[in-house]
Amino acid sequence: MVGKEKRTKSYILTVVGVIIALYVLFPFFLVVLNSFKAQASIVESPVAFKGASFGQLMKNLNAVINNSNFQFWYAFGTSAVITIISLVLLAVLGAMAAWVISRNNKTTWATVIYMVFIASMIIPFQVVMLPLISTFRDVGKFIGISMLQSIPGIVFAYCGFGGAMTVFILTGFIKGVPYDLEEAAAIDGCSPEGTFFKIILPLLTPVITTVTILNGMWIWNDYLLPSLMLGQNGKVKTLPVAVQAFVGSYVKQWDLILTAALLAIIPMVVIFLIGQKQIMNGMVEGAVKG
Amino acid sequence: MKTNTAGSKGLSMILMAAGAIMTIAALALDFMGNKASFRGPLLVIGVLAFVLGVYLFPTLKHHRKIVYVIFLFPLLFTFVVTVIIPLVLGIFYSMTDWTGIQFTKFVGLANYAVMFKDPAFIWSVLMTFVFVVINMVLVNLVAFLLALLCTSGLKGDGFFRAAYFLPNLIGGIVLGYIWQFVFNNVLINITKISWLVQTKTAMLAIVIVYIWQYAGYIMLIYITGITQVPKDVLEAASIDGADAKQTLFQIKIPMIASTITICTFLTLTSAFKQFDVNLALTGGTGSVPNFMGAYLTNGTQMLALNIYNTAVSKNNYSLGQAKAVLFFIILACVSLVQVRISNSKEVEL
Repeated sequence: MVGKEKRTKSYILTVVGVIIALYVLFPFFLVVLNSFKAQASIVESPVAFKGASFGQLMKNLNAVINNSNFQFWYAFGTSAVITIISLVLLAVLGAMAAWVISRNNKTTWATVIYMVFIASMIIPFQVVMLPLISTFRDVGKFIGISMLQSIPGIVFAYCGFGGAMTVFILTGFIKGVPYDLEEAAAIDGCSPEGTFFKIILPLLTPVITTVTILNGMWIWNDYLLPSLMLGQNGKVKTLPVAVQAFVGSYVKQWDLILTAALLAIIPMVVIFLIGQKQIMNGMVEGAVKG
Repeated sequence: MKTNTAGSKGLSMILMAAGAIMTIAALALDFMGNKASFRGPLLVIGVLAFVLGVYLFPTLKHHRKIVYVIFLFPLLFTFVVTVIIPLVLGIFYSMTDWTGIQFTKFVGLANYAVMFKDPAFIWSVLMTFVFVVINMVLVNLVAFLLALLCTSGLKGDGFFRAAYFLPNLIGGIVLGYIWQFVFNNVLINITKISWLVQTKTAMLAIVIVYIWQYAGYIMLIYITGITQVPKDVLEAASIDGADAKQTLFQIKIPMIASTITICTFLTLTSAFKQFDVNLALTGGTGSVPNFMGAYLTNGTQMLALNIYNTAVSKNNYSLGQAKAVLFFIILACVSLVQVRISNSKEVEL
């Protein structure tokens, strides 16, 4: 009797779970389905399989990828380069800064820097974005390296904005690494920088994974910063900016818009399928610690 | 530490000197207004050479300090240039007639006065608060129920977790357009008139999309909280004859109080900053026939989008900056309340 009740309960729960999953995944299903169709059959019925063909998908993909407003491969490459360089720099520079802060945590200057980092996490992007653009424009003109509409400039900005959270999470972790390890290395004649790169940095792998996931999700999907710094129709553009520019020029052309959306979604979904566990754990850890 | 002290000292000196000369030369060119394209690379190479020289300087006594400075400097520098300087400038610019490039005079709080007399802005602030409160309640409720579902011994819960979390991976711009399609071309068969046309239903649409995007993420945090409730406590409760409802309300919920605080403030701040979905889904449009005696066309425009439009589209930078400063003050207050609450909870425990 009890066993049967349990089975019924588990059956009902599974049905509820499936229904919710269908609801959550339905928009994605629509994107995939309608990428296989021409505009006319999308308008006729967006949920029907009628009119969907592989040839049409190829036609849509061709039209989107070679579109001069979208330039998929170029935007994808730019996004990838910006994200990867920013993530590597944030991980290394963040770990270096966090190590210095946590090894000097009894001094006033380190405490002040740490407190400023933490306090800065409440600053919304909106309050700094307008002066940021003008500052970057002036600095770029002054030193002769363009900071706007350039990859080095936007990477620099991401290091600045991601720095606080990265240092905060990494410092929390490094505090738990026993100082004895470093003392032992120093007695063996290892320099401080050698100790950091050979002993501390490898120990940080799990927490660096966490911050890389958090920063990566944010940088890859970010729209506002690149749209302001690189411009809506600038030479350098990231994937979200390209999607926005593309949709702006093809209002209601759903066959092309949805195919573009599909192309924009695929990279993230592929990465999620590979590192599902790490991504979900990383997101939770980041939230709980931050 | 270094075997060849004399050699390394010489090298260090040369690098420092060369670096300093290059840096000074590049800066001198900048100040003279020279537009030669090699200024930038010269400056970067100069600074790097100087730093390398300092690093190689053979001193046992100060080597550790030098390493500390070199390690801390890069991140701190980017942070100061991108966050601290613009923040200070921004607060100053909000009290001038700044055009995004230059300002001519100090106007005190005039921008703030204009902003509070603008019905469209007041409407945006109100809409944002309504949106934030509704979302805070609904996202947490939905996420908590999903977390209960995923921890109830459901078969294949790994798949369900991943599926519910999936929307959170995709950027708001893309999601916004996908849902625009859903509302305008699919759901229109049921609703007859698109939800995105009328202000009220369009706000509802934004809420739906936001929950869809965010609940899966908050659910993951709740799942972590729920699975951390000690097994022996739950066992003791079931031995004492507590039913499912009692276990939920008298054990699970009180024991994950800190998780609830985290999730509440996480949804609060993120809903407050909502921009991408707002821009892509409705663009902030929507008519309001009569609000404070004015006809508004920005019915679904929330604060973040209002700031952006004021500055970038309407080219009124100082006013946009003043609005942004207000935005910052509100968020800072919210964060202070959060810190208070989490601290008082820690003391209780």
